[in-house]
Amino acid sequence: MAQLPPTYTTEQLPDAETLYANLLAAVRQEITTLPIQQVHLVGIHSGGAWLAQRLHRDLKLVQPYGTLDISFYRDDFDKIGLHSQVMPSEITFPVSGKHLILVDDVLYTGRTIRAAMNELFDYGRPASIRLAVLVDRGGRELPISAVAVGARVEPAPKGSLVLSQTEDGGLILTTEAEEN
Amino acid sequence: MRNPQLNRHGELTHLITTEGLSRNILTHILDTAETFVPLAERDVKKVPLLRGKSVFNLFFENSTRTRTTFEIAAKRLSADVFNLNINVSSAAKGESLLDTIANLSAMQADLFVVRHEASGAPYLIAQHVAPHVHVVNAGDGRHAHPTQALLDMYTIRHFKKDFSNLTVAVVGDILHSRVARSNIHALTTLGVAEVRAIGPLTLLPSGLEQMGVRVFTDMNEGLKDVDVIIMLRLQNERMRGALLPSSHEYFKHYGLTEEKLALAKPDCIVMHPGPMNRGVEIASSVADGKQSVILNQVTFGIAVRMAVMSIVAGASA
Repeated sequence: MAQLPPTYTTEQLPDAETLYANLLAAVRQEITTLPIQQVHLVGIHSGGAWLAQRLHRDLKLVQPYGTLDISFYRDDFDKIGLHSQVMPSEITFPVSGKHLILVDDVLYTGRTIRAAMNELFDYGRPASIRLAVLVDRGGRELPISAVAVGARVEPAPKGSLVLSQTEDGGLILTTEAEEN
Repeated sequence: MRNPQLNRHGELTHLITTEGLSRNILTHILDTAETFVPLAERDVKKVPLLRGKSVFNLFFENSTRTRTTFEIAAKRLSADVFNLNINVSSAAKGESLLDTIANLSAMQADLFVVRHEASGAPYLIAQHVAPHVHVVNAGDGRHAHPTQALLDMYTIRHFKKDFSNLTVAVVGDILHSRVARSNIHALTTLGVAEVRAIGPLTLLPSGLEQMGVRVFTDMNEGLKDVDVIIMLRLQNERMRGALLPSSHEYFKHYGLTEEKLALAKPDCIVMHPGPMNRGVEIASSVADGKQSVILNQVTFGIAVRMAVMSIVAGASA
């Protein structure tokens, strides 16, 4: 059993690079239990895709990683329509029989992860799917949990947590006020 | 006055014509289509975007390719699709267009795909449907065929990457062609360097120059150094009176042969909206030749129609 992730308040939350180091260690630990040639990382656009790319490099994985844009699988299409900038999903490997590590930046309601899993099953039948996230901010509305977490935030932050990437590939996590 | 295709938030809620749509909207459709193209490689080629929505294909005029690609597109978006050939049902019994629409709306339609021999029919329908119902024009009279124009733009962008340095020739029966009209508007908005119209005087409408088009009656002159050739079908069914001596004569002057194609740039692509009349507007050796992208157009047409339907269906009521 992996150890519990460190927990912080929003104000105490370390910078994104420290959180990334925690996440890397947790994912490294998690994949020791899996047949490594069958493991593929899959990042959710856009924050999760940056993280998957970094993890893929730092874990020295040979098998390619994939990226998902879950816009076509969202459950709020009737409310908000189509996102203005949809990116193509790129899963270049057969997913059937593979152990997938789904990577995202912030885990909140779990609806994004539900959408991502639905999309993955349209590519085939994976052997297993595990979830790795930089930050778990609580507030789940679905029975979903992550096996590798950079940090947990408690109590729930007031605004939304947003991951951005600098030109040289560094990661920055900021808190933005909720819209409306 | 607001463009009748946009809602009060400026979102595309109906697609009636490419005329008057901004470059942003056209580019957004092409970018969205690009994300649908890789679906064809997956185990499951469907996405759940329009799950539970009802799409009615209303074809008051015959079409196989357009109706089928709309049907495939709607099904790949997980919509329920109903195909109605109106020319053999209600219209033949005397029901008015708006009565037909009112009845289908009462069956909880969410999106109408309309082809009609009368210019303006899809616009009339769009004016009368409830705010949450969307209309996509699949070709109306001589007016517009916006999804064909968009899939043509997609094909050009796919092969040529950028519109700004291109010279595009539209060849043939421009007078009767809604495809030509929709293409000219889209090409101009997307900023190609030059649009040319090539055809006999009897098949060229007036006012092309005002749309920024260079007009040629000599095909050999008009094809010089072009990057893209869009051939049009000779629309015998729309012709009234003697506009042409014979199809043999037409082919001699305006048929695309290997000799004529050699006048264009060496990497020029050849397009045709179909159905083709081999030996009338295009030689078989060109239609099946290595510069032809005619079948790519058909494939891209599915992704483009998926993009259009998902964008209009996602617009707020």
